[in-house]
Amino acid sequence: MINHDLVIIGAGPAGLAAALAAEKNGVKRILLLERDKYLGGILQQCIHNGFGLEYFREELTGPEYAHRFIEKIKKSQVKIKSETMVVNISQDKLVTAMNRSDGILQIQAKAIVLAMGCRERTREAILIPGTRPAGIFTAGSAQRYVNLEGFLPGKKVIILGSGDIGLIMARRMMLEGAEVKAVLEIMPYSSGLLRNQVQCLDDFGIPLRLQHTITRINGLKRVDSVVISRVDQSLQPIPGTEELIDCDTILFSVGLIPENELSTGMGIELDRITGGPIVNELRETVLKGVFACGNVLQVHDLVDYVTEEAEIAGKAVADYLKGMRVKREQVLNLLPGTNVAYIVPQQIAYEQVDRKRVKLFLRVRRPAEDVRIDLIAEGEKTILSYRRSIVTPGEMVTFFLPEAIIGEKTAYIKVSVEKNSREKEG
Amino acid sequence: MSRNIINKANIICIGCPKGCRIVVESENGTISQLSNYSCPRGKEYAREEFINPTRILPTTVRVSNGELPVVSVKTAAPIPKGLLLSSMNEIARIEVKAPVSIGQIIRKDLMGTGVDLIATTTVARK
Ligand SMILES: Cc1cc2nc3c(=O)[nH]c(=O)nc-3n(C[C@H](O)[C@H](O)[C@H](O)COP(=O)(O)OP(=O)(O)OC[C@H]3O[C@@H](n4cnc5c(N)ncnc54)[C@H](O)[C@@H]3O)c2cc1C
Repeated sequence: MINHDLVIIGAGPAGLAAALAAEKNGVKRILLLERDKYLGGILQQCIHNGFGLEYFREELTGPEYAHRFIEKIKKSQVKIKSETMVVNISQDKLVTAMNRSDGILQIQAKAIVLAMGCRERTREAILIPGTRPAGIFTAGSAQRYVNLEGFLPGKKVIILGSGDIGLIMARRMMLEGAEVKAVLEIMPYSSGLLRNQVQCLDDFGIPLRLQHTITRINGLKRVDSVVISRVDQSLQPIPGTEELIDCDTILFSVGLIPENELSTGMGIELDRITGGPIVNELRETVLKGVFACGNVLQVHDLVDYVTEEAEIAGKAVADYLKGMRVKREQVLNLLPGTNVAYIVPQQIAYEQVDRKRVKLFLRVRRPAEDVRIDLIAEGEKTILSYRRSIVTPGEMVTFFLPEAIIGEKTAYIKVSVEKNSREKEG
Repeated sequence: MSRNIINKANIICIGCPKGCRIVVESENGTISQLSNYSCPRGKEYAREEFINPTRILPTTVRVSNGELPVVSVKTAAPIPKGLLLSSMNEIARIEVKAPVSIGQIIRKDLMGTGVDLIATTTVARK
């Protein structure tokens, strides 16, 4: 058995930034475990530009963003084991991993950072009626084939889902010479960044069909067509609106799920909405000394926020190991109110003398313009409001909880996003 | 007297999620009126996007004898949007030998744009 002060699972941007932040704050004997051959996680296949605008104040591609952290890691004392898969973590922080050279490894950690990222949802692909021919991929695996393995998975493409990965892949397939017939979106709006809607679809004349879905897949060996239908308000296909579209490839881009098998295996409670662990302001899970950051905690659209979150976790590991923390008498719970899907962190659990405020992240359920973010204390009293001209489910909303509010002995703060007019939104 | 060519274009602003549909009216290629924007940044974006829309082009180039068969690349600066597809045809003809390192120039002055195509990652020899 090997001993380490800190073991980090996953070397994507979250794991890399957490390792560097922990070291910077004095943590020694850090071990980073990565199942892939390369460091950088999903960023290595995201070759498009648009990363780092917040963190580096310049526009980088995914691999360039990863490179900056990998260079720093190489110069650090952090020990790395790649091509090493973590298979279990016990409640008392015994990590079991496997790789070809060591076989089975048992590592006892004092602190753990979970940074396993997320995987793509595939349920929709399974539920659609029809045959199961070749030519059906998730957008992320198509991204890997094209950008890392150098082959185009098809020539006539339909994409289901207009989140950023779907939009980015529409342009990528188009540039590589495929014909992208349409991007379908079941909702009345795209959850992708507007910039991607314009630069990935409009630039190339790719149609975005809102409130449409695939209702049948046809083809014997290979996909040869799909039936698409319009959906009603409850997202059910409307009979009579069917259209047959000729295609040989379908890309599914219908959402990401945090990869939390290891977390639940060690008894960590997940938030039903985020799919990630419930954490306090230090990004610490319900288990003391076990932290989570990046896409394993909540699905991020901006890697800059992943890095920011990982730096909070990395620094928190240092404070934990030094035994420097003071618990609040009562945990402050942050509760989602009107039009708020979730808030991260979900709790404030510690006192901190030099703290001025805590940055919170939320996602709204529905797009809305001219709104207030209301912080509501016990007794339905609004204690602070922020204005926003626009909020959408596709873009994470950030705001601050001032120390003055944290210092009060309230048990909870509810956060609501309300229309900025007198009538309340339904 | 020559006839004036009057044109009306819609430009979706990407400055924020609001996505204003800015209307650009032009006469003989010069902007005569901008409307439907809600901030100065949007107005400027629409002007630029009308006169000379540009984009960074990220893609891949074939690698021989490398650990991976392709290396990711990008134009070091934005190039005219109208040149994206023809640049892709040009880039499809390039093959580089491993090792390739991040920042390395893959093609100088791509398509006469004055902009270099550079590697955005490192690919070691096989
Ligand atoms: C398919 C896909 C495409 C994306 N495309 C974009 C995009 O185009 N633009 C954008 O802004 N964002 C994109 N994202 C979001 C992007 O993932 C985040 O911005 C960021 O990369 C998340 O960082 P992370 O470190 O949390 O996760 P990741 O980058 O996913 O890293 C997690 C790492 O953990 C490793 N790991 C997982 N489980 C284990 C285990 N049991 N043992 C050892 N190692 C393990 C994985 O191999 C991986 O390297 C994409 C996400 C996905 C899933």
